[in-house]
Amino acid sequence: MRFKAELMNAEEMRRALYRIAHEVVEAGKGVEDLVLVGIHTRGIPLAERIARYIREFEGKEVPVGILDITLYRDDLSEIGVRPQVRQTRIPFDLTGKAVVLVDDVLYTGRTARAALDALMDLGRPKRIYLAVLIDRGHRELPIRADFVGKNVPTAKNEVVKVKLAEVDGEDRVELWEKEAA
Amino acid sequence: MGDILIKNVMLVDALGERGPVDVLIGEGRILSLEGGEAQRVIEGKGRFLAPGFLDLHAHLREPGQEVKEDLATGLRAAVRGGYTDLVSMPNTNPPVDTPEAVRALRKKAQALGLARLYPAAALTQGQEGKTLTEAGLLKEAGAPLLTDDGRTNEDAGVLAAGLLGAAAFGLPVAVHAEDASLRRGGVMNDGPLADLLGLPGNPPEAEAARVARDLEVLRYALRRAQARPHLHVQHLSTRRALELVREAKRAGLPVTAEATPHHLTLTEEALRSFDPLFKVAPPLRTGEDVEALIEGLLDGTLDAIATDHAPHTQAEKEMDLLRAPFGIPSLEVAFPLLYTELYRKRGFPLKRLVELFTDGPRKVLGLPPLHLEVGAEASLVLLDPKERPVDPKAFASKARFSPWAGWVLEGWPVLTLVEGRIVHEALE
Amino acid sequence: MKHLLDFQGWTRAEVESLLDTARVMAEVLERPVKRVPALQGFTVATVFFEPSTRTRLSFELAARRMSADVVSFAAATSSLQKGESYKDTLLTLEAMGVDAYVIRADAAGVPHQATRWVRGAVINGGDGRRAHPTQALLDAYTLLEALGGLEGRKIAIVGDILHSRVARSNAELLPLLGAEVWGAGPPALLPQSLPGVRLTPRLDEALAEADAVMVLRLQKERMEAGLVNLEDYIAHYQVTEARLKKAKPEAPLLHPGPMNRDVELEGTLADSARSLVNRQVHNGVAVRMAVLYHLLVGRER
Repeated sequence: MRFKAELMNAEEMRRALYRIAHEVVEAGKGVEDLVLVGIHTRGIPLAERIARYIREFEGKEVPVGILDITLYRDDLSEIGVRPQVRQTRIPFDLTGKAVVLVDDVLYTGRTARAALDALMDLGRPKRIYLAVLIDRGHRELPIRADFVGKNVPTAKNEVVKVKLAEVDGEDRVELWEKEAA
Repeated sequence: MGDILIKNVMLVDALGERGPVDVLIGEGRILSLEGGEAQRVIEGKGRFLAPGFLDLHAHLREPGQEVKEDLATGLRAAVRGGYTDLVSMPNTNPPVDTPEAVRALRKKAQALGLARLYPAAALTQGQEGKTLTEAGLLKEAGAPLLTDDGRTNEDAGVLAAGLLGAAAFGLPVAVHAEDASLRRGGVMNDGPLADLLGLPGNPPEAEAARVARDLEVLRYALRRAQARPHLHVQHLSTRRALELVREAKRAGLPVTAEATPHHLTLTEEALRSFDPLFKVAPPLRTGEDVEALIEGLLDGTLDAIATDHAPHTQAEKEMDLLRAPFGIPSLEVAFPLLYTELYRKRGFPLKRLVELFTDGPRKVLGLPPLHLEVGAEASLVLLDPKERPVDPKAFASKARFSPWAGWVLEGWPVLTLVEGRIVHEALE
Repeated sequence: MKHLLDFQGWTRAEVESLLDTARVMAEVLERPVKRVPALQGFTVATVFFEPSTRTRLSFELAARRMSADVVSFAAATSSLQKGESYKDTLLTLEAMGVDAYVIRADAAGVPHQATRWVRGAVINGGDGRRAHPTQALLDAYTLLEALGGLEGRKIAIVGDILHSRVARSNAELLPLLGAEVWGAGPPALLPQSLPGVRLTPRLDEALAEADAVMVLRLQKERMEAGLVNLEDYIAHYQVTEARLKKAKPEAPLLHPGPMNRDVELEGTLADSARSLVNRQVHNGVAVRMAVLYHLLVGRER
């Protein structure tokens, strides 16, 4: 793979997430009934950061859960490698809540679709939002994000790499290009 | 003018190896070892000529279990394996326990014109271990020995009476020496491996205990009989039982013994595959037992290599290890197997190996030795040193499977003659 | 891992990964909707040549909780003897598009044999005395839940070790996780040796300072075969409140079921807080879901 461009640096990322935090509170008309659910792997620290920003400007705690969508993937009967299943931990009742699903990149929409199915099995939220750091297009399902850090038009042979301090040691989003096979 | 001339061939029999010579065959005999005119000339260069083999122990399943094997397929398998003579076991359905049954089998086998059949007769009626059969009349009908093989002789008194009865007519009594009450439902060698695999074990002590008992029964019969009884122990599989036979022979007891190709080349380790192909009674033992048996072949404790050819249907051998029947078919691979595994790989003397297929078993039956000399009966086998893998699909036996499938062996019989007549030919 | 036949050749990492997945599955089973679509499109067959309602139900529930299609085949071995073979049965199922076979048989090795005949995954649901790997996995899972870890822990298995597939599978599995396994029973019911297990005819020795005790079922056939005298067994090998004083305080009790109360285990103990029997059954479903996931997903079809 070949590096093409930096899409976001640490400061841009902070600002994008801060904005999303505000939008979330605005859309939810406050933080009553608001919960955040991060999708494994990078959705989790992103959700935690949004919760932290909300705490900073609202002074209120928003619960954060984590969701593993592996068991809801629609390609498990086709893939050649078994993905590691990870814990889902949502230590609160989803019923009647406004849930903000948080993920790093929105691409085909299949992960979001799986996450929606998983959430429905976990409870009956009154509303589900989707928040992503990057929307790179190429949707295969009728799904859109409610809160987007940055829209990035990409080609299919490109890869968006989101790096987070909690996981990767730095905050940065990169665009890479796959070499022709 | 002879029928067949085999040129430039090495000879090997119980006397040793010699040659190359040109063997002229005619009138059912060896006419000359110095060549001569013949209708057919066969190149023997690089090949060995040996006396035809005698198998003391084969299950041909006729009558009653022709789905597994019959005389035609069994005796064809025999000649393909280099056997010109074969003793069939009487555990058929019904068991061979009358002179008529013995005669009927011989007559049918003669008509086939393959290997010569010596149908062993049951020691007891119906092989039930209770009432003795008529040893004298069975001998006159052509039975070479008496045995309840397929079952074990649980009643020592009946065995003693059987040995005494057979002694009058010079008939050996062959025993499947396993204590049934000690082996219980054992399907493999008892020990750490059976414990690990969770399979019921058949302890080596079950064989040793029964051999020890039978040797005492033989001692008794020897003391009581005015004629000399003869006990033949079939398919010895353990070091301990072998030692008992060795001691008995040293003490002068009239006992002979055989070992099988599978007990000489396979161990219990094969059962790790859970393949019932390896289920046999007595079971495959340990490497230590195999070494002891080979030692026994060398020092004469063992008189013969006998196949215990035990064909079953493929479906039966694809049951589980508890239900699949015991037995391994081996007529078509026995000699090349041991030629390769014992002679070629370990330097076991070829002369002794051939003896264990020829004069050894002949002596057990009281037949004269057969050596490659002018005037000798031309029941012969030509052996080829070329390597070839075991291919059960090509077997003449109905049992087209083998624990040795794919093993690359040398010493395959390429020509088998019975009294000068070609009964098997696979010359290239 | 293509099949689950036993734990020969397994590594600690593989076992731990499987148990990690089982923990996720256990969480699924706590949800309002106890079902995930993971194995949609897969077909699991339970092929029971020996009757066992409990194990079959546990596997079938596990498969359904994962949204697999389930077919079940139960045959008395008597019908097999009438000419239908294991192989025929399995090939028939294969032709129907089965992806995984859970095989139970009264003879050791049948699942092993099956791998020579079918392309699908074979899961040993208990074969003779040989192995019962999912039982051992659920035992390990339950023990980890109760003890936190197995490293250096002493686990005593008590009873008919010789004829027990549960004992054999635990003997393979628990030492992989660092446990020290002891086996105690009357000499006629002990193997000559079993790798990974210290065998003793002295119950006290096995129970001494044990962190957990696994009690095996004493089968009637053993008494009928004259291998053991019932009164003698109860007097010397029954796990009782008094004998358990040798073990660590609160050491939990496991039993693979079905239990003969007051034979191998004092009845009051079976119902006591120490008994993890219900946890075992509960965890069995999660463990079997994990096994199905590990064997089926990523497999070449």
